[in-house]
Amino acid sequence: MADSMTFILNGKETVYSGSATARLLDVLRNEYNLTGVKCGCKEGECGACSVILDGRLVNSCMTAMGRVAGSGVVTIEGYRETERFKALDKAYASVSAVQCGFCIPGMVLASECILSKNAHPTEEEIREGISGNLCRCTGYNAIVKAIGIAAKEGDGLW
Amino acid sequence: MKEISKSVRKKDHASKMSGGAKYVADWSADGALYGRLVRSPYARARVLDIHLPEMPEGCFAVDRRDVSGENRVHIVMDDTPVYAGETVEYIGDPVLMVVGHDEKETARLAKAVKVDYEELPAILNIRDYETVFFDYNYGKGDAQKAFAEADKVYEEEFQTGYQEQAYLETQGMIAQYRDGKMTVHGSMQCPYYVHGAIAKALGFTPDKVRVMQDTTGGGFGGKEAYPSILACQTAVAAYKAGGKPVRVIYDRREDMEFTSKRHPSLCTYKVAVKDGKVIAMDIDILFNSGGFTTLSAVVLQRGIIAASGVYNIPNLNVRGRAVKTNTVPTGAYRGFGAPQTFFAVETVMNHIAKDLGVEPLEFKKNHMAKQGDATSTSGKYHFPVPLPDMIEEVEKASGYYAKREEYRKPQTGRYRRGIGISLWFHGAGFTGSGERDFIKAVVKLHKFADGKVEVLVSQTDIGQGIKTTLSKIVANELNVPLDKVFCENPDTDHVPDSGPTVASRSLMTVGELLRRAAIKLRGQWVDGEEQMVEEHFKEPDFIIPFYIEKFRGDAYPTYAWAVAAVELKVDTLTGVHEVVGAWGSFDVGTSIDLNIVVGQMEGGFLQGLGYSSMEQMDTDAKGRIRNNSYSDYIIPTSVDVPNLQVIMHEEEYPDGPYGAKGAGELPLVGVPAAYISAMEQALNGVNLYHAPFSTEDTMKALREVL
Repeated sequence: MADSMTFILNGKETVYSGSATARLLDVLRNEYNLTGVKCGCKEGECGACSVILDGRLVNSCMTAMGRVAGSGVVTIEGYRETERFKALDKAYASVSAVQCGFCIPGMVLASECILSKNAHPTEEEIREGISGNLCRCTGYNAIVKAIGIAAKEGDGLW
Repeated sequence: MKEISKSVRKKDHASKMSGGAKYVADWSADGALYGRLVRSPYARARVLDIHLPEMPEGCFAVDRRDVSGENRVHIVMDDTPVYAGETVEYIGDPVLMVVGHDEKETARLAKAVKVDYEELPAILNIRDYETVFFDYNYGKGDAQKAFAEADKVYEEEFQTGYQEQAYLETQGMIAQYRDGKMTVHGSMQCPYYVHGAIAKALGFTPDKVRVMQDTTGGGFGGKEAYPSILACQTAVAAYKAGGKPVRVIYDRREDMEFTSKRHPSLCTYKVAVKDGKVIAMDIDILFNSGGFTTLSAVVLQRGIIAASGVYNIPNLNVRGRAVKTNTVPTGAYRGFGAPQTFFAVETVMNHIAKDLGVEPLEFKKNHMAKQGDATSTSGKYHFPVPLPDMIEEVEKASGYYAKREEYRKPQTGRYRRGIGISLWFHGAGFTGSGERDFIKAVVKLHKFADGKVEVLVSQTDIGQGIKTTLSKIVANELNVPLDKVFCENPDTDHVPDSGPTVASRSLMTVGELLRRAAIKLRGQWVDGEEQMVEEHFKEPDFIIPFYIEKFRGDAYPTYAWAVAAVELKVDTLTGVHEVVGAWGSFDVGTSIDLNIVVGQMEGGFLQGLGYSSMEQMDTDAKGRIRNNSYSDYIIPTSVDVPNLQVIMHEEEYPDGPYGAKGAGELPLVGVPAAYISAMEQALNGVNLYHAPFSTEDTMKALREVL
């Protein structure tokens, strides 16, 4: 009989009894139906599958389930319930930073990780912070601007 | 700023921002079967026999023998088979599809399929072509006489490489056959293209085929024709699947290696100069089509029409050929043939100016077309050509002249700088009379009793914001709040055929039809009643009819214009080049939503910078694409071009909605010429002839010039 493990998924204690070598990406999408986590390349290059693991941004395609035991995982489905998301939502909308949208869940979680480390990042720090998340549509300017706006308007949230 | 240009919250913002938008791969796979294509490992071979492994209960395979209609994908010419015929024509040519219960099982079965091939000689290099798919020729004036009278004749050859669309969402399709009807949904730009292709491949009447677009994670041309191929293959499998849905979602490597990309090109320019002016061009263009024609005819048409650039060249002879090689078929990518020829014409103009000792921008200014001048195809620039003002705008933002002068002086030290500028247009909408003769767009507005209005069109929102901009136009004419107007992902059972989402046509052409439909509805509006209005395409009156056999007349009703400068810093030790700044002025007429338009310009401009430098894709000695992942095919990240600035210039087009014209493709088209010009300056003024230009290319050039 397979052992099971426990982790915190979007704030809820979750028991997982599948393979420890399964990809977090596949498990989130297929077992927990968290399809906001996107699969862009499955080789750790594009960042579309980004989730927050114990406060750090990781590519869920490069994370084995065994690594997740006892940890906290936040996906866009959990994050969108927060006040911080609302600030980012407003900021992204104000500059129309969302085009095809495929990179966006990962990009939003990357934005959170930038701001949770540094509530008032410079433009350079913002660009560095999302440099692991590819976007083919926007040229990045609008996304960078949006994160800057969220930092300013959401003052105190981070 | 006009009221209509003021930015609004995008219609699709909330669903995408929250991760709730449903892309094709997000559909539940419960009860669905998985399909995987088995592809040719040879560039050219005869298919002798197929040996399937033992297939578990419920698993099966389909190949050309299962195609119930014609084994042809309807695109322009119908030469692309749904599944390979007697021969395979490129590495990756699909021979069959294996269908199984889950991804793992299907992959295992696909791997266990044995196909016997007899390898045949293949043509891999564009220079070795034997088959010419399309051969066009046009001209004006008397090029022969002009060359005879010239003071000097220049001849140069230019090359451009593949460019991969690299949309973040890979291709994917789901098909299901139930109650005599084939339903297909997935990632696509053109539901009615897919619809027509499936009906032909299955031999179904149009009413027995239904196509729906799922939220689509980027297209850039890559989802114009390719989804028709994948949809036919998937539908053939679904026809055999006993009512179960069959899903085929590409992984990144499969997508990069085997789906269409930009045509590599080889362009030879002969240019006659007399008294310091270009009096004639004789241009020969070769595009590498790959194994099948797909969209090459129309890509080539746009490429050759743009071959003399923004210049008024009185004597012109242009020949263009799209040739077959046994490599992956190339197709649509933002710009559609024009980036290749604009690179060549802008670069040859730079080289001639340098040889004549004239500042290139001044030289170009002396040749620029203006309103009323004849176009390359003896049509007319009916509307003002705003290039002089746009040059001023870019000069002001970039400091082009001063920098150009500064970097012209001998440079020493590890880092060298250069700045380049290029000028271009993008013909707005379909080439020639395509709208009138083939597309015949129809739009509808459906007003519900509660006053809400649905926009019924086949346009797909692939990120460019068309749901928002079309809704804005309708809300504006009806004078109702924007939230009363809505636009869903198209479903061919529900929307009329307003044409494909391509050619920078959607906003300009379909948007104008909707504006007129909205005026009609406004005139008939009855509170509390359900109403429907319809509007059909009508060609503007001023058009000089275009004859494609002769390439004569107005190829486009109007043009979007662009000027861009690129400044580079080159590290002579490592060959690494860094974009110090990129400045572009873009005229797409009235912006229907400023944020959306600026987003299009910024995104396209950055794709153009990638196409100029890091986006390298090539085939190996056997004809296989080597760069099939984001590790090997590098696209720009957020740190690569921190200083990218976009200026909007507005020259209104009276026949577009509120003065809007085509936008989406424009910002990419002429970027490589500016980049390479900057590179030439940084490399001691050497002449360069190809794009993209890699770090390795830089190292090679440095060995020669330093």
